[in-house]
Amino acid sequence: MFRFLVRRMLGAGAILLIISAITFCLFYAVPADPARSFCGKICSPTDLETVRTNLGMNEALPLQYWHWFVALFVGRTYPAWGDCAAPCLGYSFTNHEPVLATILDRFPTTISLTLGAAVVFLVLGVGAGMLAAHKQGSLLDKSASAISLTFSSMQIYFIGTLAMYFLVRQTGILPEPHDGSITEDPGAWFSGLLLPWIVLALIFTANYTRMTRSSMIEQLSEDHVRTARAKGMPGRTVFLRYAWRGSLGQIITILGIDLGSLLGGAIITETTFNLHGIGRLSIDAVVDNDLPMLMAVVVVAAGLIVLFNIIVDAAYALIDPRIRLA
Amino acid sequence: MTNPTKASAESETVVSPATPDAAGAAPAKAFQGLSPRTIAWRRFRRDRTGVISALVVLFFVLVALTAPLISAIYGKDPYTLYGQDQSGLLNDYGFPIAPNGGMSGEYWFGLEPSLGRDVFTQLVYGIRTSLLIALAATVLSTAIGAAIGVAAGYLGGKFDYLVGRTIDVLMSFPSTLFFIAFMPVVFAAFYRPDESIPSWARAFVLVVVLVVFGWAGLARLLRGSVLSLREREFVEAAKVTGASPMRIIFKEIMPNLGTPILIQATLSLPALVTAEAALSFLGVGIIEPTPDWGRMIQRGTEIYGDDITYLIFPGLSMVIFVLAFNLLGDSVRDALDPKTKR
Repeated sequence: MFRFLVRRMLGAGAILLIISAITFCLFYAVPADPARSFCGKICSPTDLETVRTNLGMNEALPLQYWHWFVALFVGRTYPAWGDCAAPCLGYSFTNHEPVLATILDRFPTTISLTLGAAVVFLVLGVGAGMLAAHKQGSLLDKSASAISLTFSSMQIYFIGTLAMYFLVRQTGILPEPHDGSITEDPGAWFSGLLLPWIVLALIFTANYTRMTRSSMIEQLSEDHVRTARAKGMPGRTVFLRYAWRGSLGQIITILGIDLGSLLGGAIITETTFNLHGIGRLSIDAVVDNDLPMLMAVVVVAAGLIVLFNIIVDAAYALIDPRIRLA
Repeated sequence: MTNPTKASAESETVVSPATPDAAGAAPAKAFQGLSPRTIAWRRFRRDRTGVISALVVLFFVLVALTAPLISAIYGKDPYTLYGQDQSGLLNDYGFPIAPNGGMSGEYWFGLEPSLGRDVFTQLVYGIRTSLLIALAATVLSTAIGAAIGVAAGYLGGKFDYLVGRTIDVLMSFPSTLFFIAFMPVVFAAFYRPDESIPSWARAFVLVVVLVVFGWAGLARLLRGSVLSLREREFVEAAKVTGASPMRIIFKEIMPNLGTPILIQATLSLPALVTAEAALSFLGVGIIEPTPDWGRMIQRGTEIYGDDITYLIFPGLSMVIFVLAFNLLGDSVRDALDPKTKR
């Protein structure tokens, strides 16, 4: 296990290095001068020059990337603006503070949104999928499959906005979505995220229902399940101990992928409900041409995806003894 | 599993002689082998959901193809600002006066708020944009994914390693975020800020970015299949008889990969339609004045509080199209997979 983790961490580091290098080159090598967008609309040539030296932009591109990379471990001091402590991801063009501070500030919203929705879609989706597999071919199974297929064809920006219109604006059944802090005001936090959770979960529930159902049915047709049944094992035990355990690996795989990408910013959900998490931060960074911020969000999001991939593989090995980690 | 279509063909031909009397008519015909394609087609025709969804998809494609004709018969186009040219259609705030977003015998699906364009023709022409981009991206990413995946699986060695790591990197990219960040960068590289970017250039770049991130999944899938196919006896036999690698890839291995490729392609097209719409929704895809579903939804979400109708038409059209295509994909998979019982 330990060797596996070390090896995968090294691999993940390599992937992140490549992704950050590609992103850096693409964003910084374009004609639109980053220093100019930092400097603002009214910008004298001397101001521009100060900005350029401050950001180290007069250097060659590989050297700039090197500085960015080194700053991750030792921090960086910008002559005119001050220090950026050790895991320094850069210095924002727009709000003029280290980008990491802004990202950490926005992260709780994204975490709340993701984890809350995950609880809902796991319980509903896996539950409905198991029921459908248990009563395969029944009316319950057919309606669960039909509903989940319909919802998985829906888009958050469409049903989210419809829900906003009918449930919030017209009838007032649910409160208007808003950011909140769980530590300061749990009630407001809960009510503000209720609608986003429901809508985000609706679409994911559909996927998990379909996947759980098909994976359970596949497991139930395996030879070892047939043997267990032939030996007289009760149906419930077969269902829960054999089939459920067999499909757990697949569910965890998809869950890991989903959590990784959602934590990196549910861009569309956050835009639809006007929440200020990582996803919204990245959109703002694009609009403001805030390259260091954009760069940092891409790297953080990629890091989360890679991290969850490793977690999934490790969890897989823990669940399924047939899988050996090399 | 590796050769599902052929396996099903064999099983049916073996079974059929045993039950000629049960079938009743023409026992001589029952002995005739059916090609895998015929069997799949027969299975598909028996699947009512599949046939209906195929008809729905076909309807959308027909509408897209005949858009100019429909627009000519209907007598309007998606660009004219009817609401601004004629008085009595939009109120002082730019919203349609008639109820339900200005739906009437004249303007079937109503008028676009503020600009006053016809919604029906925008919707009809919007299919073209969405479908064309999604189709181009699907075809290209399937072709590239299949070529690279098969090559990596068959050749192995350094090339396989390189492809494997490239796929790892691509799959770790936060793709939506990268799209929205990268699109303006591409445009900045080719156009000055004051220059307007033509629609075809936007569509082209959209297709390119969708393909760059789209091929990896299929390539990884096919690489795995090829790795196991490569060791099979019929490939060995072909090698022994002196077949060239090209012949082995195209004549021995490729025919076994038709099914996964077709299934992946039918599933990726609706996904790309929504991906394109999502990018337009986020403001980095297709922009004015090109009719496009994603762009209409984006405008619809801005003004939904005052005119929900303008959001519902493109949104619902897309849900119906994507749902029909997903159902079609499921049916195609069921028809081609001998393991499913119907």
